[in-house]
Amino acid sequence: MPYHALDYYRLDEQLTEEERMIRDAVRSWVSDRVIPKIDEAFRDHFFPQEWIPEMAELGLFGPTLPEEYGGAGIGDIAYGLAMQELERGDSGIRSFASVQSALVMYPIYTWGSEEQKRNLLPKLARAELIGAFGLTEPDAGSDPGSMLTTATKVDGGYRLNGAKMWITNSTIADILVVWAKLDGVVNGFLVEKGADGLTCPETTGKWSLRASVTGEIVMQDVFVPEEMRMPDANGLKCPLMCLNQARYGITWGVLGAAQACFDSSLQYALSRPQWGKPIAGFQAVQEKLVHMATEITKGQLLCYRLGQMKQNGTSSFRQVSMAKGNNCRVALEIARIARDIHGANGITDEYPIMRHMMNLESVYTYEGTDTMHTLIVGSDLTGLEAYKG
Amino acid sequence: MNIAVLVKLVPDTAAMIRLNGDKSGIETRDLNWVLNPYDEYAAEEALALVEKHGGEVTAVACGGDDQVEALRKVVAMGANNAVLVKREGEYDQLASAKAIANAIKDRGFDLIFTGYRTTDDDSTAIGPMVASLLELPCVTEVNKLEVGDGTLTAERNIEGGSEVLEASMPCVITAQKGLNEPRYPKLKGIMMAKKKQIETVDAEAGDIRTATTTMDYPPERPAGKIVGEGVEAVPELVRLLREEAKVIE
Repeated sequence: MPYHALDYYRLDEQLTEEERMIRDAVRSWVSDRVIPKIDEAFRDHFFPQEWIPEMAELGLFGPTLPEEYGGAGIGDIAYGLAMQELERGDSGIRSFASVQSALVMYPIYTWGSEEQKRNLLPKLARAELIGAFGLTEPDAGSDPGSMLTTATKVDGGYRLNGAKMWITNSTIADILVVWAKLDGVVNGFLVEKGADGLTCPETTGKWSLRASVTGEIVMQDVFVPEEMRMPDANGLKCPLMCLNQARYGITWGVLGAAQACFDSSLQYALSRPQWGKPIAGFQAVQEKLVHMATEITKGQLLCYRLGQMKQNGTSSFRQVSMAKGNNCRVALEIARIARDIHGANGITDEYPIMRHMMNLESVYTYEGTDTMHTLIVGSDLTGLEAYKG
Repeated sequence: MNIAVLVKLVPDTAAMIRLNGDKSGIETRDLNWVLNPYDEYAAEEALALVEKHGGEVTAVACGGDDQVEALRKVVAMGANNAVLVKREGEYDQLASAKAIANAIKDRGFDLIFTGYRTTDDDSTAIGPMVASLLELPCVTEVNKLEVGDGTLTAERNIEGGSEVLEASMPCVITAQKGLNEPRYPKLKGIMMAKKKQIETVDAEAGDIRTATTTMDYPPERPAGKIVGEGVEAVPELVRLLREEAKVIE
């Protein structure tokens, strides 16, 4: 069944030619390569590795960075559209791109030394190196400032001790961006695979993001040479700025998942007869379809305006929080309504609904929980912080 | 090797097509436009040949400024040059073919590729017409191609089998599905295509001799027929499938 994207408010007319071309290129790749394979990958719990060089070839890793560092110099709106198309395929594959681009390449580009940038960014863009990002810990989730991972200065570098969890790609990563406290201040380190004292066990038993690898990062006296500390990555604001980049991609991404659910629902409702007519002809079903379409359209407008502000350099992390919170919330709601419209069929993998729904449960929570995003906007509106102890 | 690819921007093949008010054409307002899918095979073949043998690929489109998007897509895939044969208003197939032939005749192309049909109006005429106007050989609906020194070998499907032809170059080839796997434009290629200068030439086409008068939707499918119930109905069902629907033998 061909995919029909929803564009009720003709956002396409606002997009530039290259934004549409980038969106269409990623959409075609997802239709041809991801959709035929994704159910098997999700069911059997693996990330199809052959997608990695193909995504690199398309230019999906670090695409907003300048060409001299391996990027394509695309704008934030084009980047968002690419994330939307990837997540129309699956949240796991969008997560892979988000981590490589927003959580690994972005901090190296922003706070790395010129040597780190020249050495690492082109390889990360070509996916010769896979990256991961270690911030969250067993006892430090929404409050990352309470992290226990430490770095101690030693001759020629640092010793890192601590454990990170819920780390996308940690088990397959060649280079880990690890945040650790050095003399009480959060610093960013580039830890290489195979370092003594480093282990990355896989997290098993997930009912979500099954086509994506998740693991831990456990460090016991791991030595990191001085040249692998990002010299300008000082303070908790740095990892939070990384998350802000990733959240921006998520605001677009989840609308891709929501649109996949809506498109499947509309086609199903038009082709499923009961009492002699398609169920789409019943008021109760139309109300659901209209609600889904309205929320997707509102989400698109939120994304587009946020993208404009991000491109102008005028967006704030609070505005990103509003969009990330809202769009994840509506995407999850849309997936659940889609399941309802599909009736019993909605629980099978003949339709993408349950896969997206289960994925969105993670996306709703990672990169800042729904509650945290609400309270970030709440503190901005009222001037009163309601999330600190 | 100097290769031209003739391309056209068409409505997305997944789009729901609606006719305009007086049924003189289609409603274009809400459509998403794509490169004609068969032109993608044409472009891929041209780009792969140039990668192997060296040379340049020039994308050529005939139409208004909207066709620049088709050209940019081929440039984003890797084409070196792009030419818009600019026309005002609607052309028929012969006028379009003449405009294209006039624009490319002195450019020394060794090969001219195009999709074997366009998915918008289902036309298969442009490739063969351009070949005739330029007095070049033409092989249509090609799904396999070997290019040698001044000659080529092309394979095409025919009813119940396949046909292999040899032709001298220059030659016009129209591409059928199966010829290759078109590449995806890379993000870098798309950003480069944006900066590419598109050469514009005015169309020289002569008279327009055909015009579309009306368009209409396909007739509604008649309701299904229930021939009976249970096992007893099977012989009649088989008879109807064989004799009326002619779907079994």
